[in-house]
Parts: sequence; structure tokens; C-alpha cells
Amino acid sequence: MSDESVTEESIEPQADSEPVATEVSTFRLVATLAVAGTLAGLLIVMMNQHTKPIIDKYKAEQLRKAVYEVLPGVDRYSTLYLVNEALSLTLPEGVKESEYKRIYAGYGGDGQLGGVAISRGESGFQDVVQIIFGFDPETGKLLGMKVLDSKETPGLGDKIFKDQSFVEQFFARPDTPLLGVKPGAGKGLSNEIDTITGATISSKVVIDIINHGLEIWRPVIDKGIPSVPSESADVEVTP
Amino acid sequence: MSDQTLFSIFFSAMVVNNFTLAMFLGLCPFMGVSARVETALRMGLANIFVLVLTSLSAWFLNTFVLEPVPYLRIISFIIVVASLVQIVEMVVKKLSPVLFRQLGIFLPLMTTNCAIFGLAIFQTNRGYGLVQGLTFAVGAGLGLTLALVLMASIRESIEFSDVPGLAQGTGLVLIIAGTLSMAFMGFAGLL
Amino acid sequence: MRKTTPSQDFVRGIWQENPVLVQMLGLCPALAVTNSVKNALAMSAATFFVICCSSILVSSCKRFIPSEVRISSYILVIATFVTLADMVLQAYAPVQHKELGAFIALIVVNCMILGRQEAFSAKNNVYRSLLDAVGTGIGFTLALVMMGGFREILGTGSFLEYSLFGPNFEPWVIMVLPAGGFLTLGFILLAMGYVEERKKEKESQAAEVLS
Repeated sequence: MSDESVTEESIEPQADSEPVATEVSTFRLVATLAVAGTLAGLLIVMMNQHTKPIIDKYKAEQLRKAVYEVLPGVDRYSTLYLVNEALSLTLPEGVKESEYKRIYAGYGGDGQLGGVAISRGESGFQDVVQIIFGFDPETGKLLGMKVLDSKETPGLGDKIFKDQSFVEQFFARPDTPLLGVKPGAGKGLSNEIDTITGATISSKVVIDIINHGLEIWRPVIDKGIPSVPSESADVEVTP
Repeated sequence: MSDQTLFSIFFSAMVVNNFTLAMFLGLCPFMGVSARVETALRMGLANIFVLVLTSLSAWFLNTFVLEPVPYLRIISFIIVVASLVQIVEMVVKKLSPVLFRQLGIFLPLMTTNCAIFGLAIFQTNRGYGLVQGLTFAVGAGLGLTLALVLMASIRESIEFSDVPGLAQGTGLVLIIAGTLSMAFMGFAGLL
Repeated sequence: MRKTTPSQDFVRGIWQENPVLVQMLGLCPALAVTNSVKNALAMSAATFFVICCSSILVSSCKRFIPSEVRISSYILVIATFVTLADMVLQAYAPVQHKELGAFIALIVVNCMILGRQEAFSAKNNVYRSLLDAVGTGIGFTLALVMMGGFREILGTGSFLEYSLFGPNFEPWVIMVLPAGGFLTLGFILLAMGYVEERKKEKESQAAEVLS
């Protein structure tokens, strides 16, 4: 146990590092840190060049899968940015891509608009719940929903993505805005979603995210979706 | 950018996702200086102060310097946190020797406090803006203080209870922390 | 400092001075990511990589580092390897990376790693430092996997995602929640305290018999 005290005491940085007289020159101190910093930077940059393509590819792939999942029957999609309250395929020159809100427009094989996918999050029971959902702007019907990120309670709140009978309701083309009802207490309306017993808040959050998302995006989408030349429907990488 | 409201950020950081009891950040001071309510309170206040400064500098760094090189975040944040603690220490020593004596060893201990570094990382990952970040910092700091003071007052009141020998020390503190954490679960769903 | 043999350097960190269970260092990852064995393993692997690389580098460069800036240099070294580990995990194990989230970055402030650099690597040669780092890393892994095992088995009724008790088991959800982390570590420490106490009792009894 004698060397344990050595370990513990020496972790703490020296509090009073008054410039005591030493043989080591300030230049040497700065030089050491500068060399170490440069080497560290170089190593990280090299590693980043190697891993970045792999990471970006994975992220794009995840997004692509999610969009196709919530927009059944769609062959390709393009990213639309919200620029000056209207949807645009391109961004103004010299701006940061990450600062713009975006939605994804999916097209069927015949080039017809198959639906629009929106990704957004709101505070759930524990933390922010992030979902992506697809809907048809013409009929206002919901096409699909997928939970992207959630820290809801295991065994209760996490049923919003683990309980298939809950998730499937969002694929049954219900009318919007959605209305959450207790299981079995519905009146058979076409916009009803049965909430999960024991996870009322979590399931209501999913419904709220979709309803609020539609309130925000409907006016913009109704202004018109820019048509896409068929060959430029590339998958775009989003952070 | 995140669209979370300030209210939701504040309460989430303070109680629902309390830094210490739900995210396990800042456990060292939680175990170490939670024996007396007064020291716990002081440690908590010192924490709030440094958290707010960290949030501010992390935001500046992230917005103006690290935009093209996000992969240098970890390394820059830790350097900033370490130097910030040193600077705060020097400034406090110069301006208010009384306060410096009161904060004592707590300031240098802050460098290895994961709550400080964690705040910078979480704030960046969630894309908080300046005001959101500051709200997050104050909420997190108050949450830390709350957890510390609660723990200290429990420890003070059981000081003379007859606890079995093997349960004294860290084991007991951890089990109390577990119970507190369970109590804090009651706040979930508040937002 | 007391002289130690290479094998002592190695074994010490595993049990006798286990970083998590005895020295109470690195509690943040030990509690935060042990809600499943898989996460515990991923976290241990990342930490293992960081501590070994840092120890090798620090012990081989110790002559060039002036003692005034040693802490800053160690932090720099550790932060570099954590960034590398973060990138590699994100590229090759994206699912685990998402599960662990910001806690990978938080390896930087794991006092265990900085503690080993300051207390051991800064004073010993590369071979000894590596042994020490590997020992500490194994100790950390053991503690994390133990906690992950308890929490996953009780909290979800499975081990490494294989169901153990069949569908009729009602999981103790509390164990995979934050409160479960504190309780698990608390009970492990109580058990260790009990074993220690029994050992001492036996020893004193044996001493009495002898005298």
C-alpha cells in the first residue's frame, strides 16, 4: 500500500507553479509543447484522412436506408434545403451546409414525387427523441416513421421503436394531424394512433414530433418542391 | 443548430439528466468532498463558475476556430479546460485572496473533473448556440451543486449511525448515490 | 519508491490495486457505459489502447519532457490517442461508437490514465511501463466486464445479447438505468469488504492459535 499514496498524490497538478528558478529555459518549455502539439496534430490529420471517407460513407448509407424505409416505393431522393423560406436544391455560395434545415424528397421510378421525409427531434421522457418520418404532401397522409435516436427507458419507453405493432401504425397511411388514443379507446377515426401502455409520454412525443413537424414544414412544402432533373438525384452526405 | 427550448435545456441538465446522478460526470468531487455540506456547497459554486467559462470558451473555439477541423475538438477542448482552470486560479488569487483561500484545492482539482470537459463535448455534439450553451452550463452546475449538497447532508446525518464496518466508506456512498439517482428518476417526463 | 519486480508491475494493477475497484479511478466510464457487456468491452478496448500507447510514448520520451510542462504534455499525448481511438471506432465499429457516444471523448479525463503516466511511466523504462499499462488495462477491463455482466444479466435477462432465462423472466430494468450502476458498484465493494474482513478474522484467529 505504500506506493498507492504516491499514485494518488501525484495526479493532482501542481497548484502553485510559481516560476521558481530552474535551469530549463522558457524557450525549451514552449518548444517541447510546440513539437508535441505539431506531432499530435499531424498524426490526427493523417488518421482523419484515412477514416473520414469510411465514416461519411456509413453516415450517408444510414441516412439512405432511413429515407427509403419511411418512403416505401421510392427509388431515389434528393436533399432540399430551406433557403429564404423556400425549398432549394442548392445552397448559396460560401455558406455552411450544416446551418441549413433540410428535408428529403423521394421520387418513384417514373420520376413522380413519392413523398417527403423529415427528420426532427423533441424532448422525450429522458432526452431528445430523434425520428424521421415520410409523408405525402398531396394527400397529407403519413407514409412511415423510424426512430433514429432515443434514450427512452429500456423496457418501457423504448417500445416506441422495439414494439412493431406501435411502429406499424405509422405505416398504415393514417391521416394527419395524428391523434394519440389509449389502446382500445379509439373511435375508429383514420388519424388515430394507439399509444403504448406504460409509455404514454414517449409515444405521445413521437406523435407530437410528427404533428409539429408538419405544422412547420407544410407551408414551405406547399409553396412547391423544385423539380429535379432525373440524372442529378444523387445521395447527399449530411452530418 | 438545436431547436430545444432554453427551459427544456435547463431542467434537463439540472434534474432529469443530472450530470452526477444520471450521467456520472464529476464523480471525483462527488465522492471526495461530499462529507460536509459547507464544502460541498462551495465546490458546487466553484463548479458553476468554471462551467460557465468553459461553455463560453468552447463555443468561441468551436464557432470561430474549429469549424474546418472538427476532429481536433478533443485535443483543443482539453487544452482549453486545463489552461482555463489555471487562469481562473491566478485571477482569483490576485483579485480576491479571501475567495481563493475558500476555494482552496478545489480549483486545481477541476482539470481532471470530467463534468467540465463533458460539458464542452455535450454542448458541441448537441449543436447548442451561445445562449443555449450558457443555459446548459448553469443548469448542469446547479444540478451538480444540488447532488453534492444532498449527498453531503445525508452523509452528515448518518455520521453517527451504527453502520456495519464493511459498509463504511465508498460502498455506502455509492449505495446512497444509487438511491438518490432512483429518486431523481422521478423527474423524468417533466419536460 | 519501493522496488518492484516486472511481474509485480504487471499483476498489481489487475487485482491488488485495481484502478476501479480499489483506487476508485475512472469511475465515470465504469458506471456510465456498463449497461451491457458489449459496451463495457468496447470502452475497455478503447481505454486499453490509449493507456498502452500513452505509456510507451511517455516512458520513451521522458528525457525530453521538462518537468514543468509534463502534465500538459501527458494530457496532449493522451488526447491524441483518444482522438485516434475515437476515429477508428467511428469508422470500423459505428454501432458501438453511437452507443458509447461522448463517453469515448471522456477517456481523456479518465484520471486512471493520467495517474499511471505520472506515477509510473515518467519514472520507469519502456518495458516496465508497458507491463504496468497492460496490467492496469486488464484490471480496468475486468472491473468493467464484471459490472456489465451483472447489470446486463439482471437488467435484461441476457448475456452478450443471448437470452438466459427465457421469456418469463421479468428484467430488473433499474439495473441498466443509472441508479443500477451506483448500486452494482456499491454492492461489489460491499462484497469485497466482506471478503477482506473474513480474511483478516481468519488471520487473527490463526495468530491466536499459534501464540
